[in-house]
Amino acid sequence: MSKVLAVIAHAEPTEILGAASTIGEPVAVVTSSPDAETVAALGAAGATEIFVHEGPTDQLGTAEAAAGVAAIGHYGVSLLLIGHTPVNAAIAGRIAIAAKGAVAADATGIFWDDDGQEPVVAHTVFGGDYNTESTVEGGLMIVTIRPGAIETQASAVAEPAIVHSDTEVEVSSGPTIASSQAVEVTADRPALTAADVVISGGRGIGSEENFKLIEDLADQFNAAIGASRAAVDSGYVPHNLQVGQTGVSVSPDLYIAVGISGAIQHLAGMQTAKTIIAINKDEDAPIFEVADFGVVGDLFEVLPQIVDEISTRKS
Amino acid sequence: MKVVVLVKQVPDTYEKRDIALDTGMLVRQGAENVVDEIDERVSAVAAELKKAGTATEVVAVTMGPANADKAIRKVLALAADSAVHIVDDELAGSDMIQTARVLAAAAKDADLILSGAESTDGGGAMVPAMMAEILGRPHIPYADSIEITDDTITGITNTDTEQLTLSATTPAVVSLTEKAGEPKLPNFKAIREAKKKEISVVAPADLGLAAGPDAAYVRNVMVSAAERPPREAGQKVSGDTAATQLVDFLATRHFI
Repeated sequence: MSKVLAVIAHAEPTEILGAASTIGEPVAVVTSSPDAETVAALGAAGATEIFVHEGPTDQLGTAEAAAGVAAIGHYGVSLLLIGHTPVNAAIAGRIAIAAKGAVAADATGIFWDDDGQEPVVAHTVFGGDYNTESTVEGGLMIVTIRPGAIETQASAVAEPAIVHSDTEVEVSSGPTIASSQAVEVTADRPALTAADVVISGGRGIGSEENFKLIEDLADQFNAAIGASRAAVDSGYVPHNLQVGQTGVSVSPDLYIAVGISGAIQHLAGMQTAKTIIAINKDEDAPIFEVADFGVVGDLFEVLPQIVDEISTRKS
Repeated sequence: MKVVVLVKQVPDTYEKRDIALDTGMLVRQGAENVVDEIDERVSAVAAELKKAGTATEVVAVTMGPANADKAIRKVLALAADSAVHIVDDELAGSDMIQTARVLAAAAKDADLILSGAESTDGGGAMVPAMMAEILGRPHIPYADSIEITDDTITGITNTDTEQLTLSATTPAVVSLTEKAGEPKLPNFKAIREAKKKEISVVAPADLGLAAGPDAAYVRNVMVSAAERPPREAGQKVSGDTAATQLVDFLATRHFI
């Protein structure tokens, strides 16, 4: 099996090494000499080797971009993976330019083509309306992996080898990190993109106060709360809860849309959920066309009934 | 300072968007093509910079089909003094690398290149970073806000775990999130004036570039595209027992 580089940065290492293991032998690329604990963790996540290339720590992304370029040179491989997060997308783009490759972005899968010659990447686009596949012709392929999309776990490696980079590489300077502040995790709910269950409210909720009804239902599932654009534009909830094409895309096991009509813009952010439930008073609302189960009714009556029924059954 | 605003024409997200199953390319025919909403927000930031006197010149730069001039006019009405429109049939189906090469060549004399953090169609979120690397400049990604003092740009970028204050000296590239600016409707005067502003239509050759598949050393190509089968509408209930039936359904799927 050929080696596949997995840049460990700003994303879940287990996922990237897991994705790499579906197509080759994962090599973790890191930017500082790992301590014993990190070595063990990367090994457990499937790294057969750990490639260390240190770079400037006061710049955003420069060390990671340089490490990626150095690893590509060191191993002479043509496949590098990194998680598709905002900071990483920029790192992937920088590596692609500096190492003369091309990028297959936001992959939901990666595999060898039928004759085992070429890696092919799967994408889901336009909110899941289309599934596409792409590859890179002519050389180095950089793949950014959509968080949460690839569930494969790599087999654990007891003692991954540690390789220290001895190459000098040049990438452009990144922005200086003047300061960084840990984001306070005040949320007693899971993150919208990581939640197994998402409950979203739309214009039908009617006010900021009424979102309490959504919260009550969400409490029953340890669910994340989302909203349609109409609810966000009406000021019921903050912008970062917006599910849809211009907001967050979610793919939970269960999605409950309450008082949401189902505009294409909203569907694009949630229609890949495994199970969809819709509650709406308008029986012709387009949301029902994608719902596995629909309740036509007044959400102000139905939601409390559902919460009561669930709590009764739980007790 | 001279500010370039990158503009992208995209299909309207309020309608169904299609991909040609034989080429994997976006179907522009019949689609309502509009300026990407994020670019209107970026334009609002550029307009503020101009109002404050920080930006002395704002130029809209786009690469896209001939009919993308509508998107450009919008940005001309919102913020830009002039525009550069790169058009060439060879550019159809460009991957992000080729797009970045072409845009970098067109925007290279800017002190500050402003872009949306990600488009609503491709969504790769890499073209600004690639341009920065090509031009050897720092890039502040996903800034929720920026401040400019002399030649220093300070941006606030939020990741899942941290709030970063990033700084870069011009020339630089900044990509902005939708939090960075509120789009404003241009007034009649601005719309009228936009019609008179100059759009230079150029080909890659005018920028000293070769374009097209043969000019790319490595490129990302689509190899298949399939429409996902539509979801089937399930059971729809109403009345007094609706809530109970819903909870029954959730139980059969083991959510409770």
